[in-house]
Amino acid sequence: MNALTRFLHRLEGPQTLGRGPAFWAGFLVVLAGACAYPLFSDGYTVGNTVYFFTWIFMALGLCLIWGYGGALSFGQTAFFGIAGYGYGILTINFGAAYGFTFVALILAVALAALFAALLGYFLFFGRISGVFLGIVTLSVTLVLERFMAQTAGPEWRIGNARLNGFNGMSNMPPLTLPWPGGDIVLFPDVQLYYVVLGMLVVVYLGLRILVNSPFGNVLVAIRENPERAEMLGYDIRKYQLGTFVIGAALAGLSGVLYTSWGQYITPSSMGMTAAALPIVWVAVGGRSDLTTTLVGTVTVLAVFQALTIHGSQYALVVMGAMLVLTVLLAPSGLILALARLVARPFTRRENNNLRGDA
Amino acid sequence: MDVGTLAFSALYQFGDAFAFLVLSACGLAVIFGMMGVINLAHGEFIMCGAYVTVSAAHAGLPLPLAIALGALVAGMVGALVEIVVVRHLYDRPLDTIVATWGLSLIGTQGTLILLGSTMAGVGTPFGSFQVGAYSYSVYRLVLFAAAVAVLAGLYALFNWTRFGVMARATIQVPHMAAALGVDTRRVYSLTFALGAGLAGLAGGLYAPTMTLVPTMGTTFIMEAFVTVVVGGADVFLGTAPAAALLAVVKATMTSWYGQLFGQIGLLMAVIVVIRVLPRGISGLLLRERA
Repeated sequence: MNALTRFLHRLEGPQTLGRGPAFWAGFLVVLAGACAYPLFSDGYTVGNTVYFFTWIFMALGLCLIWGYGGALSFGQTAFFGIAGYGYGILTINFGAAYGFTFVALILAVALAALFAALLGYFLFFGRISGVFLGIVTLSVTLVLERFMAQTAGPEWRIGNARLNGFNGMSNMPPLTLPWPGGDIVLFPDVQLYYVVLGMLVVVYLGLRILVNSPFGNVLVAIRENPERAEMLGYDIRKYQLGTFVIGAALAGLSGVLYTSWGQYITPSSMGMTAAALPIVWVAVGGRSDLTTTLVGTVTVLAVFQALTIHGSQYALVVMGAMLVLTVLLAPSGLILALARLVARPFTRRENNNLRGDA
Repeated sequence: MDVGTLAFSALYQFGDAFAFLVLSACGLAVIFGMMGVINLAHGEFIMCGAYVTVSAAHAGLPLPLAIALGALVAGMVGALVEIVVVRHLYDRPLDTIVATWGLSLIGTQGTLILLGSTMAGVGTPFGSFQVGAYSYSVYRLVLFAAAVAVLAGLYALFNWTRFGVMARATIQVPHMAAALGVDTRRVYSLTFALGAGLAGLAGGLYAPTMTLVPTMGTTFIMEAFVTVVVGGADVFLGTAPAAALLAVVKATMTSWYGQLFGQIGLLMAVIVVIRVLPRGISGLLLRERA
């Protein structure tokens, strides 16, 4: 019992914003609102909301790597793509019976994590950091995109699954819950909404516990000063690699959910533009905190969606401008700046742990 | 096919790959070596140079002048970007990457909105020549010559001019250079403009050989990244040998398995190199001197 309470106490701590009854009451209100939302909306709109949710996992993963770990990973969409394609290949070959789609989900995420571990080994154990880390991960993503884009020919197939080059894979089965009396196929509708919402809550709370654990404290110490952390006896390479793999697995989870949501995945989901979007969400929201990243991602996605409806071509220009302005004017993120402004009258003690890295 | 033509073919492919790597990377390397900043809008400066070159050529300007104009315009855009955005971020190099990525999004999508999804190109000049059973494009030899000329020009610029001396002083000890009266802010601006101009030059030189689309920058950017990562922070001791090394990898892989595997080969090479030499080739060469 003692261990469990200590575990749950880590839901709040020095590395996360928001503590005390007020914050958790707010959290429960938002969660209740999210649970009640499908009652006031139709299935189509709810299905679109799930589309937003699928991206948040990748954003949270990037927040962990970049915001907490201080490592610039521009290759999140590579893991997204690998897991997405992995899910497609597995489910097209083995079908959706007996809950296999969830096995495929786990396998695909594991595949992305494995790839990240391999890449991360070379990067972190070669002590690549800062600028180079960003451009190597981005190069990997771009090459992966080009590789998938040229798989149009019939020789590019794995089992029954054609990779289909630039047009991408489609028609893989959506996630399917095995259920007595008939499987529940999770089309983008209310059921999928609740499943993804559940995953989101688990991942969000899990990450809060992780960053407030000793692991998270060491991670932040590495971000603030790698040499000092190393002198204190921590093998920073292992911590960074571990973070990288967790972040990649979350990006992979996004990839699987996205693929099963729309039943398609294309190489352009790994391209230069696609790779930039997670950076925009996390940077604009406030990369050094999980909650601001979550809020920021939802906000930016909603803005992006609204812009796409009214003037699709300008949406990316606005995203780019938003990124430049955030970096210039509010380096720690717009949502985080707002949150501090709102919280200022209520906080008595100085928060000394929220400084974003350069 | 006898040994001579085979050797020529291999040499030609090496030269082609070397020219591509040097030209696409030198602008990025100049900025990185100087400021430790990676300009992610590099591809967009290349695109800018290519578009200006082709527009000028369509307007009747001879191609060499059009290419020079492309480089000049890209350089001016670079100076503008430095003044508006990059200047404010010198103490935060990682944020510069993110900001220039934002600029890259704006550049690509803005070009798409303003100029449409594609632009009529100009033909590759000079035709081709025959060695053995294969014909080769003369223009590729011009590109190789241009790459060598750019390296030589940069060497001359950094070693024999007043700007070069001030730039090297600023690289070594910025505050000491400032104390001795060097306007380091201006040196940074000029270097950024120079890097952008070199990117524009690469775009202009390659414009006749490729289709002009707003995303054409991404064709160059991966090669440029890889060359700079392998080379490290020094243009002459880093970029040039890195380009030579990678050109061998790329030419070999490309002639065996095709273009894409050339790129995959490059990527594998870079991942292995950084595992062994985290500071790149120039880090290795400069170790005794550092």
